[in-house]
Amino acid sequence: MTKEQVFITVIGKDQKGIIARISNAVFAHNINIEDLNQKIMGGYFVMTLLADITDSPITITQLKKELSVIEDEMDLKIQVQHENIFKTMHRV
Amino acid sequence: MEYSLDEVMETVQMTLYHNFDIRTVTLGINLKDCINSDLDIFKENVYDRVSGYGRRLILEAQELEDKYGIPIINKRISVTPVSLIIEACAESDAPHQIAKTLDKASKDVGIDFIGGFGALVQKGMTRADERLINSLPEVLSSTDRVCAFLNVASTVSGMNMDAVIRLGKILKETAKRTENGIGCAKFVVFANAPEDNPFMAGAFHGVGEPDFSLNIGISGPGVVRSVVEKNRDCDLTELSEIIKRTTFKITRAGELIGRELAQNLSVPFGIVDISLASTTKVGDSVAGIVEMMGVEKMGAPGSTAALALLIDAVKKGGAMASGNVGGLSGTFIPVSEDSCMNEAVKVGALSIEKLEALTAVCSVGLDMIAIPGDTKAETISAIIADEHAIGVVNNKTTGVRLIPVPGKKAGDYVNFGGLLGETYVMNISTFSSHDFILRGGRMPSPVTSMRN
Repeated sequence: MTKEQVFITVIGKDQKGIIARISNAVFAHNINIEDLNQKIMGGYFVMTLLADITDSPITITQLKKELSVIEDEMDLKIQVQHENIFKTMHRV
Repeated sequence: MEYSLDEVMETVQMTLYHNFDIRTVTLGINLKDCINSDLDIFKENVYDRVSGYGRRLILEAQELEDKYGIPIINKRISVTPVSLIIEACAESDAPHQIAKTLDKASKDVGIDFIGGFGALVQKGMTRADERLINSLPEVLSSTDRVCAFLNVASTVSGMNMDAVIRLGKILKETAKRTENGIGCAKFVVFANAPEDNPFMAGAFHGVGEPDFSLNIGISGPGVVRSVVEKNRDCDLTELSEIIKRTTFKITRAGELIGRELAQNLSVPFGIVDISLASTTKVGDSVAGIVEMMGVEKMGAPGSTAALALLIDAVKKGGAMASGNVGGLSGTFIPVSEDSCMNEAVKVGALSIEKLEALTAVCSVGLDMIAIPGDTKAETISAIIADEHAIGVVNNKTTGVRLIPVPGKKAGDYVNFGGLLGETYVMNISTFSSHDFILRGGRMPSPVTSMRN
């Protein structure tokens, strides 16, 4: 079975617990974190997290809904996008 | 990680901050096999076909929006030109009844516009074509989601001036029946209309198409504007390269989503229309890109060259990204829907004559232009004829969507509401074209070998 991977992108003001809360949320749904990158860009905390959702019982739509709670509480922007869009746009 | 943080962020920022979206997914549906000489059975067939596929289109499109995080703004349907399918109906109000059926089916399932209420009359009109044309004011004023079109000219057939004569009167009558003349916004008159265009108001499912065809219109004026903004000092050769690279990426995204949507609906994938299409959102403006390139206001000298360079780069990037580029694939500069165009009209930088010049290189027509309500019907017909002469002679598509706003004169402000935007009424020459237009007949097709 081919891997189903999504990118979770987080943008916002740097604060304690961003990575902890997001990784807890994905772990709870049997989603494996494959890779993680973070840096401060223009004063903002930016993180991209590649997650394997192949074995997860929840859909991308449900995952988005769950993460939107963290998005609101911590005043962040969180995007969830299937990996294929990056493959299509950035690799020929 | 297989992708750098910068690559991921480029895509994310396009959607979050630069209005990158899939402007429309339009499912073309053949209705020829719904024809029945019993109008009630015919209507039922049409309703079931349109509502059934419309419902699925919306569900599947929403799922892909979530999967890829790229908004799909409009979910639409185009159908076989209605004049063809009503040929066998004896009832004089058949066009109106079919229009009402299409309107109801769209509303019931949440399709925002349905195109195809129209006819191809570039060489002449059948009895059914005439019935449909005569029904236009009533249909456009009594339905909400039905979009209409007429193809009155083509490079191989010339221009049907007998049809063009009627259009001035029809537009004025439609305007009179609707607030601010807004019914006219749902009607476009074409030369060389493409059969697979996904954009409204002119989408229809052509006779050369299969039973179904999923066509997609991508759009990213905001994305292109932001890369032009980041490259203020480079020369035009380099700017063209930069625009090409960006367009390549957004077209690839559109192609991915279009193909997957077609597969999920079990219908053939048709085309990607790479037209840049403005919206009323600040920053999502084609005129804004031209101004960012260094022309002070859209319409100033240099605008035609800047727009030609811009769209050529878009076409090159798009053609590399997809083997299925089609539809209109030019640029839309709908005056009322583009905030920078409006500003240019307001300050006097942009005239209808300059807009006509822009269509000679890459714009696909005179789009969403408010004109004085007392403009003579023959003058409206003459504007349509001028625009289509450009299309016919240059072997390209041109469209005209004019709104003669009742009670308004040049310079007056008019608000059409929502996505249709707001604008200032344009000045139209008051010198008469009456005698020329009333000659009628058919303008012969042009010779295509002597190109100057």
